[in-house]
Amino acid sequence: MRLEDLLPSPEPVRFVAADGTGTASHGACPRPADDRLVEGYRRMVLGRRFDTQATALTRQGRLAVYPSSRGQEACQIGAVLALRDDDWLFPTYRDSVALVARGLDPAEVLTLLRGDWHCGYDPVATRVAPQCTPLATQTIHAVGLAEALRRNGTDGVVLALIGDGGTSEGDFHEALNFAAVRRAPVVFLIQNNGYAISVPLARQSAAPALAYKGIGYGIGSEQVDGNDLVAVLAVLDAAVAHARSGHGPYLVEAHTYRMEAHTNADDATRYRDDDEVTRWAAADPLARLRTYLSDRGLIDDEAVRTAEAGAEAFAARVRTALNADVPADPRTLFDHVYAEPTAQLEEQRAQLVAELDAREA
Amino acid sequence: MSTATGPGELSLAQALNAALRDAMGDDDRVLVFGEDVGALGGVFRITDGLTAKFGEERCFDTPLAEAGIVGLAVGLAMGGLRPVVEMQFDAFAYPAFEQIASHVAKLRNRTRGALPMPMVIRVPFAGGIGGVEHHCDSSEAYYAHTPGLKVVTPATVEDAYWLLRDAIADPDPVVFLEPKRLYWSRERVDLTTRSAGPMGRAAVRRAGTDATLAAYGPTVPLALQAAEAAAADGISLEVVDLRTIVPFDDETLMRSVRRTGRCVVVQEAQGFAGVAAEIAARVQERCFHSLAAPVLRVTGFDIPYPPPKLEHAHLPTVDRILDAVDRLQFDDEPDLRHTGMAA
Repeated sequence: MRLEDLLPSPEPVRFVAADGTGTASHGACPRPADDRLVEGYRRMVLGRRFDTQATALTRQGRLAVYPSSRGQEACQIGAVLALRDDDWLFPTYRDSVALVARGLDPAEVLTLLRGDWHCGYDPVATRVAPQCTPLATQTIHAVGLAEALRRNGTDGVVLALIGDGGTSEGDFHEALNFAAVRRAPVVFLIQNNGYAISVPLARQSAAPALAYKGIGYGIGSEQVDGNDLVAVLAVLDAAVAHARSGHGPYLVEAHTYRMEAHTNADDATRYRDDDEVTRWAAADPLARLRTYLSDRGLIDDEAVRTAEAGAEAFAARVRTALNADVPADPRTLFDHVYAEPTAQLEEQRAQLVAELDAREA
Repeated sequence: MSTATGPGELSLAQALNAALRDAMGDDDRVLVFGEDVGALGGVFRITDGLTAKFGEERCFDTPLAEAGIVGLAVGLAMGGLRPVVEMQFDAFAYPAFEQIASHVAKLRNRTRGALPMPMVIRVPFAGGIGGVEHHCDSSEAYYAHTPGLKVVTPATVEDAYWLLRDAIADPDPVVFLEPKRLYWSRERVDLTTRSAGPMGRAAVRRAGTDATLAAYGPTVPLALQAAEAAAADGISLEVVDLRTIVPFDDETLMRSVRRTGRCVVVQEAQGFAGVAAEIAARVQERCFHSLAAPVLRVTGFDIPYPPPKLEHAHLPTVDRILDAVDRLQFDDEPDLRHTGMAA
């Protein structure tokens, strides 16, 4: 492969400027069809409302913690729209919006953060791997699953999500290397939101852009304005097509911004100033897309109201589901440690059951 | 189908190779990969000939990155395959530990059974071969302390074959610890039949009446030598080969100790917080009223594994095992060595 084919564009690919005006389409990536952009808008409205609702649920004690992705909706929704139903998504803990946008049950997505169990949805049925907390470890799983899809004779593709901080982890580099050597049909999407909890990108990497991390592994790479859904989707469409057609992995860096603190338990004022947040608010991905679509006559006020009403109804469903007390039975703690419980686990279960029975008697 | 179709003499390494070959022949989902496992056949030749027989799709070399190897296996197992990966040496497996502890061991549990992790992580382990540093660690306690993993170590040629077949067929992830010093031990075996029980069961390798020696992997032959030497002095030692550290076969060991009333646990690993400590605790919890003496341990010292010229001083020996047997209060004299009451 020639070096020129691996290099990302010198500036992030952008189709729509921050003020919503459209710019020339990028040569290598066609502009996605209008109906997909309108659907993307609908899901971004829903995703943002879900995110706000989840943060509110932490204040009510319904969720132990919630890592918000507000401001990153173009990446979250772009990732989902780029995939077919039979493709797989490997998300991190910050990607709940992508999961609900893919159609997963919000209560199942939030099971982890509510604390009932770890992964609340069925990864096989949804083709979404468990949201991964240990940084970057999921990227190499994505390579393995991509290889399994190829071995099973399908043309499925895997999209692995990772943050800027995660690119410092060794597993990310091993994943890129394995993916390239084994030509796995996998796309890596780095959501560079500027901070790893409190640590800014400058302390994380001296690379000109994180997209350049693909070159050393022989992986074609691109960088994109992560607050421009049109550009994110266009670039991911190309990356997914590249992987699906047997050309191996692809790396995309999306430049975006985390508008909220790391989680509701974090205090972002300790490490960034309000001016910076204000500047990024002006680049809001949702307002930008709405302006762009309105100006082109693809949505009108009625469509906006419909999208917002749908999101409001969705938030109400989330509230209802999360306000219900789901009994968590300690007796199930010994299930699924192994396919069959060991004799020792059976003994321990009996001990716990006796304790619980005595308490309930 | 079985490669070794009748009685013949095999080394433990050859039995492992036969197990991999037969498992791959029986099940297309079984994949073998790791560092140097292809053309070279592995640094210990355990994967010898597998690429030639099954092709590079089934047995392949990977980049030198252990977390990547195990992480790739996780993804492949999610996709319905049955990976068997080789960590080249015990201490080289440490970069993979996060993948093993956080994902391999937990994914079934985290997903309430939706993502089982049937895979085997083969690790040549322990010392006694004059290896330089980072090639001789006894790392079993790390894995045994991680719920969700099964931990197996064979000590006989027959077990090398059948326990590895069991491990590959098992629905749970198995860390398969291969005692390096036994790779070249040879036995005349018929691999078409099995004399010991399945994975998960211990085996009484020598019957005895005066005390029980509990051992696993590299210390099983040592315990048998000690029993032979003790017999010459009129002491009858029973040797229990644990075979599977997790899940642990309490039943077989406790039945033996209740009968003999005495127990010495022998492991090559450093002693503190090790597998022998767990076994000693289990024996005294379950057999206290049958015990005539404290349960003793013979282990390596609590030091980093020594350089080749000094490993002989570190490794358990027949004499150390016999010394421990001597301290089992056969003459009704209490052993006060660790009590603070010794004169």
